[in-house]
Amino acid sequence: MNQPQNIIDKLWAAHEILRREDGQSLLWVDRHYVHEGSFHAFGRLAERGVPVAEPSLTFGVADHYVPTRGSRRDIANPELARMVRQVEENTARHGVKLFGLDDPRQGIVHVVGPEQGLTLPGLLIVCGDSHTSTHGALGAYAFGIGASEVAHVLMTQTIWQKKPPRMRISVDGRASPGVAAKDIVLSIIAHIGADGATRHAIEFAGSAIRALSIEGRLTLCNMSIEAGARCGMVAPDQLTFGYLKGRPYAPEGAAFDRAVEEWSSLKTDADSEFDREVTLDANRIAPIVTWGTSPEDALPIDGSVPDPAREPDEARANYLRGALEYMGIAPGKRLIDIAVDRVFIGSCTNSRIEDLRAAAAVLSGRTSKVPGLVSAGSSLIKMQAEQEGLDRIFLDAGLEWGESGCSMCVGINGDLVAPGERCASTTNRNFRGRQGPGARTHLMSPAMVAAAAVAGHLADVRPMLAGRKV
Amino acid sequence: MDKFTRLTGRACPINQTNLNTDQILPARYLKWTRAMGIGKVLFQDLRFDADGNERPEFPINKPAWRNARIVVGARNFGCGSSREAAVYALYDYGIRCVIAPSYGDIFSGNAIQNGLLTAIVTDEEAAEIMEALQRTPEMPITVDLEEQTILCGNRTYKFSIDPVRRMRLLKGWDDIALTENYRDRISAFKASDRKARPWAIPEAET
Ligand code: SF4
Repeated sequence: MNQPQNIIDKLWAAHEILRREDGQSLLWVDRHYVHEGSFHAFGRLAERGVPVAEPSLTFGVADHYVPTRGSRRDIANPELARMVRQVEENTARHGVKLFGLDDPRQGIVHVVGPEQGLTLPGLLIVCGDSHTSTHGALGAYAFGIGASEVAHVLMTQTIWQKKPPRMRISVDGRASPGVAAKDIVLSIIAHIGADGATRHAIEFAGSAIRALSIEGRLTLCNMSIEAGARCGMVAPDQLTFGYLKGRPYAPEGAAFDRAVEEWSSLKTDADSEFDREVTLDANRIAPIVTWGTSPEDALPIDGSVPDPAREPDEARANYLRGALEYMGIAPGKRLIDIAVDRVFIGSCTNSRIEDLRAAAAVLSGRTSKVPGLVSAGSSLIKMQAEQEGLDRIFLDAGLEWGESGCSMCVGINGDLVAPGERCASTTNRNFRGRQGPGARTHLMSPAMVAAAAVAGHLADVRPMLAGRKV
Repeated sequence: MDKFTRLTGRACPINQTNLNTDQILPARYLKWTRAMGIGKVLFQDLRFDADGNERPEFPINKPAWRNARIVVGARNFGCGSSREAAVYALYDYGIRCVIAPSYGDIFSGNAIQNGLLTAIVTDEEAAEIMEALQRTPEMPITVDLEEQTILCGNRTYKFSIDPVRRMRLLKGWDDIALTENYRDRISAFKASDRKARPWAIPEAET
């Protein structure tokens, strides 16, 4: 009888070209996504004068540097224009398909891949971006790599890896209304720490994970890197297959059916082994926000920020002092007493149609007390939201409705949070200066950001949902 | 890639857990090429305040550690963004080795690609080395990759590193050259994989 295998083992085995005695494996790459930041790697190809090995498996997007307002044809800022032009030129030179600014399918790489059906179950996917873990939501083995590795993949369509330890995170039970995938993943990170899964490949399992929509699973896997994991994945199921059917780059007709048959075997066999197991109870997860400068600094909204004076561990107390000082929050302050200056809804974590609907459900008929920006994850999502009238809800609430891109998640396109300003944000990193030098970021779900906008301070969305369809 | 065997130099302690790559190199410098001098903006927002004045309390600004070749850090050093430019910034500043209890996965992979050693010690050992450096900032540290030792004053610490990574640093190996040796195996895999998983090829555009 065959040894029972988990999904991580199965995906690994399907891509292993060879394993050296020293434990290094050479893996085949099915999809390689590139973006403006991949210029270092294209530069190495140019230095060596070599082509891209498999241009038909390589796809480019313009997302990190693209403006969300003003003309996108004629980018006013010359540095941004140069970054966008660079990815256009590099992909054109090597015959790589680009979803550029003139393409209606443009958007954030981790949104576009699944949306176009480029990301499929059973694939090995890499990209020079740490949030490549997102694509695991469809049952792919997907991880972020550095520029040298991007160059290696461009030249060989393969990558050297050592098989990571395998971890299963099971979330069972039922999340209550107002509790989203973001709350689940922030709870996991708060529980295991920002390095709790370092080097591990994670399978997310359990009834609460199964119950998540594909959008929710994408949010979940997106943030597995914030727990240090190499990748995170959810075994594909009927929901996955339904999501993929009819997507432009997914197999069609009989080929799709045959693929579904094979994808259906991509699950963890009973009695297969994991190197680590963690379980959480979904019933106990409340809407959660971050208060500090690491995603692990997350607490349920009815809590208070820690008080360093009550922390016995000196190093930890120091950390708390530093984080609270940067965030401009008094020790022990209640989370709901923290006023915000601005909100942002967007990023590869939470900018899909379901995210926009969740925020709009809260904002409908209400106004935001603070300014803010909403940026859909792709130009197609933007269009769909407009067809559904969601843009009107955001605009009527007083928020800005921008074009699609990474935008205020990292601010390198110029969408910055001002120094000292506090932003309630649907993004994935509350690092110091992440949204701009001196910016203070609180991470939370789209509905919770909407609640903060309405209240003008961090707030529990649940009472605001009373009598509304969500 | 430069080889790494043994290094003696000043070591700068930076006692911050989860020191992410956004802190090592802020995102606004990601459009820079290496030729533009990325080493100059290493730790930019930790080293300088909003007006561009040096923060004297940040360790690498202290006279004894300005020319450090080694950084001693805390748990989860280099977590976060995959930006390899964070490694370029460290390397081009002159840092050749980081000593810490654990690293961001992608960061330590990037480090090896560029000849930067990421040595792993325990939390207690990292704390001890940092304390010793606080007492005697000018004290040089010797890191020996063959022996896997760190010599710090009269103490010697063993450090760990993945054996493959150790070998690559010692030899200055280049991944691409290594992969070239397996060209036939790759082609064979590709051919049989195309038959086994036809659905893995993206549908051509219509
Ligand atoms: S949205 Fe943010 S996290 Fe996602 S790819 Fe863009 S910059 Fe990275």
